[in-house]
Amino acid sequence: MELTGAEVIIECLKAEGIDYVFGYPGGAVLHIYDAFYKQDDVQHILVRHEQGATHAADGYARATGKPGVVLVTSGPGATNAVTGIATAYMDSIPMIVITGQVPKHLIGNDAFQEVDSVGITRPIVKHNFLINDVNDIAETFKKAFYVATTGRPGPVVIDIPKDITAEKVAFEYPSEIEMRSYHPASNTDHSQMKAAIELILKAERPMIYTGGGVIIGNGSEQLHTFVRSLGFPITQTLMGLGAFPASDSLSVGMLGMHGTYEANMSMHHCDVLIAIGARFDDRVTGALEKFCPTAKIIHMDVDPASISKNVTVDFAIVGEVTEVLDEMNALLGPATNQINKGAIEKWWAQINDWRAQDCLKYDRESEIIKPQFVIEELHKVTNGDAYITSDVGQHQMFTAQYYGFDKPRRWINSGGLGTMGFGLPAAMGVKLAFPDEEVACITGESSIQMCTQELSTCKQYGLPLKVINLNNGYMGMVRQWQEFFYEKRYAMSYFDALPDFVMLAESYGHVGIKVEKSCDVRPALEEAFKQKDRLVFLDFITDREENVYPMIPAGAGLNEMILV
Amino acid sequence: MVYEENNTEAVEMRHIISILLENEAGALSRVAGLFSARAYNIESLTVAPTDDPTLSRMTLVTTGTDDIVAQVCKQLNKLIDVVKLVNLTDNAHVERELILIKLVAEDERRDEVKRIMDIFHGHVIDMTDTTYTVEVTGDSEKIDAVLKALEHITMLEVVRSGQLGMARGGKGIV
Repeated sequence: MELTGAEVIIECLKAEGIDYVFGYPGGAVLHIYDAFYKQDDVQHILVRHEQGATHAADGYARATGKPGVVLVTSGPGATNAVTGIATAYMDSIPMIVITGQVPKHLIGNDAFQEVDSVGITRPIVKHNFLINDVNDIAETFKKAFYVATTGRPGPVVIDIPKDITAEKVAFEYPSEIEMRSYHPASNTDHSQMKAAIELILKAERPMIYTGGGVIIGNGSEQLHTFVRSLGFPITQTLMGLGAFPASDSLSVGMLGMHGTYEANMSMHHCDVLIAIGARFDDRVTGALEKFCPTAKIIHMDVDPASISKNVTVDFAIVGEVTEVLDEMNALLGPATNQINKGAIEKWWAQINDWRAQDCLKYDRESEIIKPQFVIEELHKVTNGDAYITSDVGQHQMFTAQYYGFDKPRRWINSGGLGTMGFGLPAAMGVKLAFPDEEVACITGESSIQMCTQELSTCKQYGLPLKVINLNNGYMGMVRQWQEFFYEKRYAMSYFDALPDFVMLAESYGHVGIKVEKSCDVRPALEEAFKQKDRLVFLDFITDREENVYPMIPAGAGLNEMILV
Repeated sequence: MVYEENNTEAVEMRHIISILLENEAGALSRVAGLFSARAYNIESLTVAPTDDPTLSRMTLVTTGTDDIVAQVCKQLNKLIDVVKLVNLTDNAHVERELILIKLVAEDERRDEVKRIMDIFHGHVIDMTDTTYTVEVTGDSEKIDAVLKALEHITMLEVVRSGQLGMARGGKGIV
């Protein structure tokens, strides 16, 4: 039986086991929307702006590990999706973005709602395709899903001219695909592993530094075995939080610009650094010439291009994190009794001295609401087990520092691109994937306004999210930098025309609660989570000029932190 | 605490890289876009289909420190359209470039140009009453030398193909 191109697209999505597509209709994708209308297998979630569609699919992908799927029209539909595609690209999130295109005969004619979507998205995708023939749809989708989900994952854009979606073709979905030009790294080098293990066993001041790769590669379990068998300290990046439990005594917290004193000092003074699924980002390393000056570095990563990109490493092991750590664990095995126990004990004593600094202390008795306090209370109310999304800025850092993630895929934020507006739509994707789990979006009064329109989507699909708005009336992180580095000249970082967020939430049919005193924080959170079927928007009026500490100023080394 | 100083001087070198890539729309712009997006240098770039029409062969000349060029090669390999990549600089290889020059050739200049072409094994491939168009092939040093030799003659137009390269020996890139 012959299907239209549009119907083939639906069949491809079904074959890939896709349950949700996030999108927004328009002229170039009307045939596809018509095909959606005629079936019930794949549910389409109508967002209010294409950026929201990409972030929702992204949140879904981060929480589940499955690829998120987006459908947008040509021209502005595609350009509005660009921010979300770049967000997913920077954090290596598997995503398929289907963009409509003007009919083939109009391409290049500056037609209505025409942009070169493949050209615009080229630097922010793992790969992209423009389909020229209805016969190529199925194979292209198979390739797209394969590329997006294997190796170091990433977004893939498929641009489809409108006329092709109306043409007819016999549908057959390839069961396997072979691409001569794409072979994700999977071989692990035993000689490098053995050399790495030799170094690990001799280490006197070892440090394990893990990133988002462990979460994306589902390597948590293997990481637990690795870290616990060694008894070495572990620090995790913003993207890696939850891969190893924050509550474990071996965890010294997050590292980098707003990392803990103990994590950054341990990094600076270590003699063997074991980096796993992390990419030595500038927010982690600080000044490169001052980074880990006394360390030999072992780097395990799925992407060969991450090896020695920013920091030259001594041993490189390229492969899937699960495979690499399984083999490392097997090779380590009983050899762990050769660890230099005396030196490690001394090292822990030193680290515990740094810990005693208590770098995350703040005024817990304050009557004015401290943003940190809200996060700590949220942790208690949700038993530390909620899915937490965030926007970008101070509230994001406070959440990373104070929520204490114990499980992978619970902490969902835009780390690489730092996209304000990410949190609310991402939370929608998470809630659709896990309707029975608590999902909270931690945001600020600036970030939330970049995607507030999605409150309408939440109403349409009955998504009972909890929005935690840490409202200090400033773009907090911008203000903090202006305080530290621009003599408090608060250029454009102040909002003097904020909406009444309670009324705003209510106007969308949700519950809004304003909280102004510390003593009301806990009851308000409890009330919000009691309302199982309603989206509750909590507007916390917080300390206006609270800063995120510790902080490493730009150009400084990890041992040069500003403490409270 | 003792700090180990890293004193190795990073020297910028010229590298010639040979790439087989899918002969598909957009493949060239992926390569060119990568260089501009990551602020790598391109000195020259040539590309054309091979004997296998589904493949294009690209020769790319770049300059950078060893670390940068290693990173360039890794990033190029990451492009889905790149089938195979060889840094020819690592081993013995041959390089050729073609130059076409249109120059003013009147009176005694006509013989002089022909003499210079003889020396460089070049040819006059087109002419008018007042001009010659000449071609010369060779490695980039020879092409530079031709340009130097013709320096005192008015050149109306110069076009260089950019480098082509191939490894020496019996093995092919595929």
